[in-house]
Amino acid sequence: MLIETKEKREAPPRVRSANLTEVVAIQNASVKAKLQVEGLSAWFGTNKVLFGIRMQIPENRVTAIIGPSGCGKSTFIRTLNRMHEMVVGARVEGQVRLDGQDIYAQDIDPVLLRRRVGMVFQKPNPFPTMSIRDNVLAGLRLTRALDRGRGEEIVETALRQAALWEELSDRLDEPGGSLSGGQQQRLVIARALAVEPDVILMDEPCSALDPIATARIEDRIHALKEKYTIVIVTHNMQQAARVADRTAFFLLGELIEYENTNDLFTAPKDKRTEDYITGKFG
Amino acid sequence: MKPAAAIKPRARATPIRERVVEYALLGSGLFSILTTAVILAVLVYETAGFFSEVSLADFFGDTQWTPLFSDKHFGIWPLVLGTLLTTAIAMAVALPLGLLAAIYLSEFAPEKVRRVIKPALEVLAGVPTIIYGYFALVFLTPLLQKLIPGLAGFNALSPGIVMGIMIIPMISSLSEDALHAVPMSLKEGAWALGASRLAAVFRVTIPTALSGIAASVILAVSRAVGETMIVAIAAGQQPRLTADPRVPIETMTTYIVQISLGDTPTGTIEYQTIFVVGASLFAMTFGMNMLSQRLARRFRGKYEP
Repeated sequence: MLIETKEKREAPPRVRSANLTEVVAIQNASVKAKLQVEGLSAWFGTNKVLFGIRMQIPENRVTAIIGPSGCGKSTFIRTLNRMHEMVVGARVEGQVRLDGQDIYAQDIDPVLLRRRVGMVFQKPNPFPTMSIRDNVLAGLRLTRALDRGRGEEIVETALRQAALWEELSDRLDEPGGSLSGGQQQRLVIARALAVEPDVILMDEPCSALDPIATARIEDRIHALKEKYTIVIVTHNMQQAARVADRTAFFLLGELIEYENTNDLFTAPKDKRTEDYITGKFG
Repeated sequence: MKPAAAIKPRARATPIRERVVEYALLGSGLFSILTTAVILAVLVYETAGFFSEVSLADFFGDTQWTPLFSDKHFGIWPLVLGTLLTTAIAMAVALPLGLLAAIYLSEFAPEKVRRVIKPALEVLAGVPTIIYGYFALVFLTPLLQKLIPGLAGFNALSPGIVMGIMIIPMISSLSEDALHAVPMSLKEGAWALGASRLAAVFRVTIPTALSGIAASVILAVSRAVGETMIVAIAAGQQPRLTADPRVPIETMTTYIVQISLGDTPTGTIEYQTIFVVGASLFAMTFGMNMLSQRLARRFRGKYEP
């Protein structure tokens, strides 16, 4: 059985592959680590949900986080842009370094951090009171960073990156809520891109979408990793296999295994990973 | 497995007692509808009687309201203006304070503070209006007279301010509900883009809750328009076509009190005036309540899947 005692879970996690250096080996090539997570634990009130995570997230690659419901995968990516602490009573310990800089250091403003680490949520959340154009520009307007006159150019670039320009270029004044679910999710991606972040976090971005809309989002993920570092949480193992360079398996708040995606799915080293990817539980 | 117990047929599907209760409930429902209908019918009947003697042109065209004088004038505007003046003063107080309280409670207050402040604010709405009226007359007016030269003992300003204080919880409570109903996902969306809490509140949360906030404001306006006791006590009884808040005026509600408590014989034109004023008042508050409900419905429809 997979249910462990609390004492056992408090023990140091047995992470076999996480590299201590700043370089991550991916498919025999070395890549710079964009995010380095060290001894990261998280709580909701007195309930501990993450246990000493240590992980290196490579730059310009897609990293997938998989695991059964309640394993802490969403909480984990919400610690990467300090969204976790916006929940009342939520707390974090440990380090997350973005380009070597600890984002939990005293002098870091979480608001500025979030301009570098964007996020796309499970449910498409375009702002209902804004037009498509204003949704794309929302991040820049909210942070007063919009250059007058550059608006149209930013809107076009972001919508092209999200593969929405062809569909929507003549509908920019319509409300964001008038789009289909898949379009809304791509609009939200465009909104995140317009701020020009370094990292994009995606929390089950396709779980509310049909297969065609999902394929489009995955196609975008492939294209975007040239410019951005992407971390995607998914409960869909096929999706992880399709989009991710590296995959991490979380269970009960611990990082069990973190490997090149191919290796994790074809030759899992941990019995629990194997049980999960072969569908024995979850 | 045990065999299922056979269901014994009864003489009647529903026992008498149940049907009595059902009719009693129906009756109570119909009673309130009937009351409203009768009130409307009386208003329409007496208003029709009034307009058989006074022309619409006089009613809407004259600038004086003197039904009790020998030189009678029936221009409604002094009463309407008096009502709008006290309402405007009340809203000038209640709108900023109520909205800021709602924003604070919904978006910034820690749970502990919220649990104390919200009920405390709602106590304001439970104070009997007669107490507000005396508060305006014997406390606020003398106080304001020290600050504002030329402020009469009866005026629109003091009851307007007090009425505004009374309405604050109405705006703060309903607007807080509207702000609170904005989905967390939208606020998170704004935060994730690097918006500060304040920017997220003003650029995302408030615009999204706007129709709910507007509904609460309209409801508060219609409460101020219909408020009687405070203005009857502290605003005076002089129908006057003025926007000066320092002098005595008369609101529509106060006029109805004045005639109802006086010795005006039934059936006379003076008597009928209270029905025509009542009908005008009813039309104003009814229109605003309809508008408020429509806005509230639009607001509810927006997020339900």
